[in-house]
Amino acid sequence: MVRVGVIGLQGDVNEHIEATRKALENLGVAGEVVWLRKPEQLEGISAIIIPGGESTTISQLIVKTGLLKPVKRLGEEGLPIMGTCAGLIMLSKEVIGATPEQRFLELLDVRVNRNAYGRQVDSFEAPIKLAFSDDSFPGVFIRAPRIVELLSERVKPIAWLGDRVVGVEQDNLIGLEFHPELTDDMGVHEYFLKKIL
Amino acid sequence: MGGFEIIEMKGTERLKRGFAKMVKGGVIMDVTNAEQARIAEEAGAVAVMALERVPADIRKVGGVARMADPGKIQEIMDVVTIPVMAKIRIGHYAEAYALEALGVDMIDESEVLTPADPYFHVDKRKFNVPFVCGARNLGEAVRRVWEGAAMIRTKGEAGTGNIIEAVRHVHLVNENIKLLQRLTDDQIYSVSKKFAEPYLKLARQIREISGLLADVLENEPVYEDYTYREIVEGLYKVLLEVKKLGRLPVVNFAAGGVATPADAALMMGMGMDGVFVGSGIFKSSQPEKMAKAIVEAVNHWDEPDIIADISRDLGEPMRGLEIEKLQVRLEERGV
Repeated sequence: MVRVGVIGLQGDVNEHIEATRKALENLGVAGEVVWLRKPEQLEGISAIIIPGGESTTISQLIVKTGLLKPVKRLGEEGLPIMGTCAGLIMLSKEVIGATPEQRFLELLDVRVNRNAYGRQVDSFEAPIKLAFSDDSFPGVFIRAPRIVELLSERVKPIAWLGDRVVGVEQDNLIGLEFHPELTDDMGVHEYFLKKIL
Repeated sequence: MGGFEIIEMKGTERLKRGFAKMVKGGVIMDVTNAEQARIAEEAGAVAVMALERVPADIRKVGGVARMADPGKIQEIMDVVTIPVMAKIRIGHYAEAYALEALGVDMIDESEVLTPADPYFHVDKRKFNVPFVCGARNLGEAVRRVWEGAAMIRTKGEAGTGNIIEAVRHVHLVNENIKLLQRLTDDQIYSVSKKFAEPYLKLARQIREISGLLADVLENEPVYEDYTYREIVEGLYKVLLEVKKLGRLPVVNFAAGGVATPADAALMMGMGMDGVFVGSGIFKSSQPEKMAKAIVEAVNHWDEPDIIADISRDLGEPMRGLEIEKLQVRLEERGV
């Protein structure tokens, strides 16, 4: 039985828990999804999702709760981790526009620019192309960070808005500018969960 | 890469409600200048509310409270990376359009400011920017959601540092939702009719002035272009969704009286998605410490040992006011 943890410090945690449950069901996999708030809960975890939210708040709480170091170590050891929006920022090696006090997991070889798309009035929905599907996927971009540079050969694009990369994969890691958890399409969660199967 | 043609949609309900989902589990802090805004951001606030005065000072100063100076709001937007919200007077379209043009991330159509319209709230569906609105009970909450609010907060009683009204409002909404779940759809339809009544106030008044019977026709527009029947149908739809979900269909925060970490934990324990702290932070003796402690309290609301620990040595919280002794009850504004 798999055990997926959604880091539940702040943000749209419930939406990811629901999406992951549905995706597991679609895949016919027995598993539980847990609201992750403490290092002790990492015991026996099969995969981790970092939700959308405010990366400044998540950063502060991930340090305070003592989750930063063990999650980073698990990521380095190959545990599947997916981050959406603020979660992508948390995963990234380099962050433009971070506040001085922000800390990151620095696992994913990308440079992102926080809030690069502008303010909430600039938030948008647009169909995007996924590497693993012929159908378009509903891209929901909310005060989204932008992937401005891939920093190594290990990072592979997996999602495009027009010709711009909006989602990447690096072995066990997935980072997305958009919010698949706010849609009814579980395709991205299913693709991620296949990493543990 | 053969991507799809980029067709961007902005201001959709999903984007507006989605924005509110991103602040769940967080604390939104009232700030009046750039320095306070940075303190809030550093303490872990998910957003700041840019104001000219915190509610406690609005009470003290009196007079008409209006939208803040856009220069002031801009100053705050320039200094923080987290979302910036700002308040408009209830029903004041021009203030709302001005703040949307300025680029604030969310508008609070707030009873804390002096209402501009004695009959109606803004039709929030006309905007790309998301709105949060206060509510004392399920009727107010459902009306605001139908009008397009992407987020609801309890009204509480702002500027008092007294949690009792926020607690009252959470009970009134939560228990009404439980009641709703015991009702048949027919009964819920009559609840919608009752909840639609405040929209008839203007139509009834002009009938009275004209010496006619106060009965308003079902197919007559009473609010914007909406007829009474359309409003009832609209509220009915929202109520059915509330019944199905067992909660409001939008993010729901506590506001109006949260002054300590324990207050914040209490609100989270009652099922709130997060808290607004108005005067409670910068009217306390150690704002930085208080701000951080309330952020942690929202995160650890169900861990009493942590609440006890972070509540230690915070200095004086804001002084606070008794509700019975208030001259102005802000919560009564805008039904």
